[in-house]
Amino acid sequence: MTITTTIETMTSQPYLVRSVDKETPDTFTLTLKPESGANGTLFQPGQFSMLWVFGVGELPISISGQPFQMDCLVYTVRSVGQATHALVSRKAGDGIGVRGPFGTGWPIDKARGRDVIIVAGGIGLAPLRPVIYHVLGNRKQYGRLVVLYGSRSPRDLLYRKELSSWARQPDTHVLVTVDYGGLSWRGHVGVVTTLFKYARLQPEKSVAMVCGPEIMMRFVARELEMLGLKRDDVYISMERNMKCAVGFCGHCQYGPHFICKDGPIFPYEQLRPLLEKYEL
Amino acid sequence: METLERIIAEHPFFSGLDYGFVNLMVSCASNVRFKGGSYILKEGDPANTFYLVRAGKVAVEVLAPQHKPIIVSTLGVGEILGWSWLLPPFQWKFHARAVEDTRAVALDGKCLRSKCEENHDLGYEILKRFAQIMEQRLEATRLQLLDVYSVKR
Amino acid sequence: MNTLAEERHILHAEDLEKLIEKLSSAGYEIIGPIVRDGAIVYERIESAAQLPAGWTDEQERGRYRLKRCKDQSLFAYAVGPQSWKRYLHPAEVRLWSAQRQGGTFRILNNEMRPKHRYAFLGVRACDLAAIKVQDCVLTGDKYRDPIYEEARQNAFIVSVQCTQVAATCFCDSIGTGPRAQSGFDLALTEIDGPGGHRFVVQTGSDRGGEVLGKLQTAPATDADLRQAEAAVDGASHRQVRSVDTVGIKELLYQNFDHPRWDAVAARCLTCANCTMVCPTCFCTTVEDITDVTGDHAERRRRWDSCFTLSFSYIHGGSVRTSSKARYRQWMTHKLAAWIDQFGTSGCVGCGRCIAWCPVGIDITEELQAIREGNNGNT
Repeated sequence: MTITTTIETMTSQPYLVRSVDKETPDTFTLTLKPESGANGTLFQPGQFSMLWVFGVGELPISISGQPFQMDCLVYTVRSVGQATHALVSRKAGDGIGVRGPFGTGWPIDKARGRDVIIVAGGIGLAPLRPVIYHVLGNRKQYGRLVVLYGSRSPRDLLYRKELSSWARQPDTHVLVTVDYGGLSWRGHVGVVTTLFKYARLQPEKSVAMVCGPEIMMRFVARELEMLGLKRDDVYISMERNMKCAVGFCGHCQYGPHFICKDGPIFPYEQLRPLLEKYEL
Repeated sequence: METLERIIAEHPFFSGLDYGFVNLMVSCASNVRFKGGSYILKEGDPANTFYLVRAGKVAVEVLAPQHKPIIVSTLGVGEILGWSWLLPPFQWKFHARAVEDTRAVALDGKCLRSKCEENHDLGYEILKRFAQIMEQRLEATRLQLLDVYSVKR
Repeated sequence: MNTLAEERHILHAEDLEKLIEKLSSAGYEIIGPIVRDGAIVYERIESAAQLPAGWTDEQERGRYRLKRCKDQSLFAYAVGPQSWKRYLHPAEVRLWSAQRQGGTFRILNNEMRPKHRYAFLGVRACDLAAIKVQDCVLTGDKYRDPIYEEARQNAFIVSVQCTQVAATCFCDSIGTGPRAQSGFDLALTEIDGPGGHRFVVQTGSDRGGEVLGKLQTAPATDADLRQAEAAVDGASHRQVRSVDTVGIKELLYQNFDHPRWDAVAARCLTCANCTMVCPTCFCTTVEDITDVTGDHAERRRRWDSCFTLSFSYIHGGSVRTSSKARYRQWMTHKLAAWIDQFGTSGCVGCGRCIAWCPVGIDITEELQAIREGNNGNT
């Protein structure tokens, strides 16, 4: 399908910040609403927007709120550099430029009728949250929901209240682990792959969606394959430098794939030969 | 209440083991309980037992000066705790603390060691299984070392 | 295509001026070759007198020189450092500007992009193929670039069939030339002899035929046609470089760790010349800038190159830090990944990257070395 771009796809639309909520010492969730009322955008879970801060720059950020609705866009941003710092420093009422949504989404249609395994590392839980919302909001359409989440330390865990509430949902299993626990942490300590054995998975019936640092996704996908999932039932979300988000600037290429339009979500089957290539 | 025999025979760690060897395991086994917060084993102590966690959670810890205890990993239901009983100097290298009330099957390592020396087939079967656990733990530890969630500056 | 297009006409060299006049009065901005700064470049021209009469070029790896030729041929050279992407996919474009308004901003939609109606005079077969490749990249997939599309739709193309070949040319083995078959409005083949200095003209479109109809031409004789064909065939046979494209995609995909990449990395300066001169390279970057007051912001797009360190930067560092990774990315993309992405090769065999590389890296030689080191597979 060819989409004719007008200049609009290359142009940022002003959205207003409704709130900025602190999740962890360096991570904040921004809630935006469109400036001109009902001009919202329907997005698929897994898609991203290009967010622009006036006078600073533009970045790809995954949408992490309730999907398929029009009145607000939610982004969880980790402050790691100049542009992300500018984003998280916004106040309610400030304007942020939004382009998008772009990219492919998580396979929520393919997963219908099957168990959904969510494996997230660090900020990787943010692009997966819309899937969790969707599954829980359409509970009968899906089998078991398993959420496996790993982060650096207890204070780096995102969405703690929601994690607890998700754990109480029917046929839903939530397991959390950290790389570095403290004395007051009574949960699991170890990388997220160590959670698999506690999750009682049904590999033949499952679709897995994985998001986190690339090394983590590589190990997790391999582990899921060893547990019996098929390579095209495991999906990962890739990240590369992005400037245009519409496949013209060339920056986001990963082998023959443009991460902005062929991805960011790919079946592991497609990327497996590329993931092991250093400096691809 | 399940018999020790059934627990051991059905545990994945012992699967494929000759019936005679399973019986041997059972003769070295006993049920144990640890209250939440108590230490199961301590660094430096002689290592003569290994455990099969049946309920609860165990934290493997390192105590270092000027640091609070650092939890290196946690082991939950179904996991094996302890391999230092198998190899010289037969001394624990870490602390292991029950994070919550924990029940386990304790296996007499001292007894098993001498049996393995007498019967090398048994020894091979035991070493094979522990080698696999060590490999999994080592891989997980390496990944943990990478500190993938940190921000490089 | 009607029979008029099948006929070939003769246009005398001195009447080329009239072609330029007719195109000009039809509202076209004519871009053609001129000599500047020791090279043949594409600039706005108003008269045939500005064309490089009597010039030819000598090209080799890392070398480009203009030389005088014995006659007053107008197109006796191959291609120079520029290509038509300079006009169709401009090096710097302002996309939009915005004004601060309290805590938010307004996009200023007063960008009236100047509409260009270019007439390109002297488009070689390789460059015509390159334009088609960029058509695919910028307008043929999921999104369409409006800036390229607009310039492209209006462009009138006067091709020149190559009768001269440079040592760096390899369009013949790649399959893009030296003869342009379609996609032009008019195609000229320069010949000389008893009939005079003249062009055999081929029409490639209705509007080409229309323009030609306004000029004084004579039908081409069989002898004219044979001479023209022979001249272009000569450009085919005299090419000294070639590439074997059989299984090229698998070859490059499978040789990610070939030692040749280390060898070429030891020479490559990552200067990005090759990407600047390549007629199909399309990568750009986006710059967001503000003025001194901080109240007015602009977004600009400009050419970029995969050879720069920042091209692959994500937080924590760049993915392709070594020159090895960057050279490999460029060559593998150009010759292999492009096929998966767009259905054709990204290379048109123009040879510019060979001539304009300051250390003389030759893409045809690199490919051959990888093939040979592949242990006879593919």
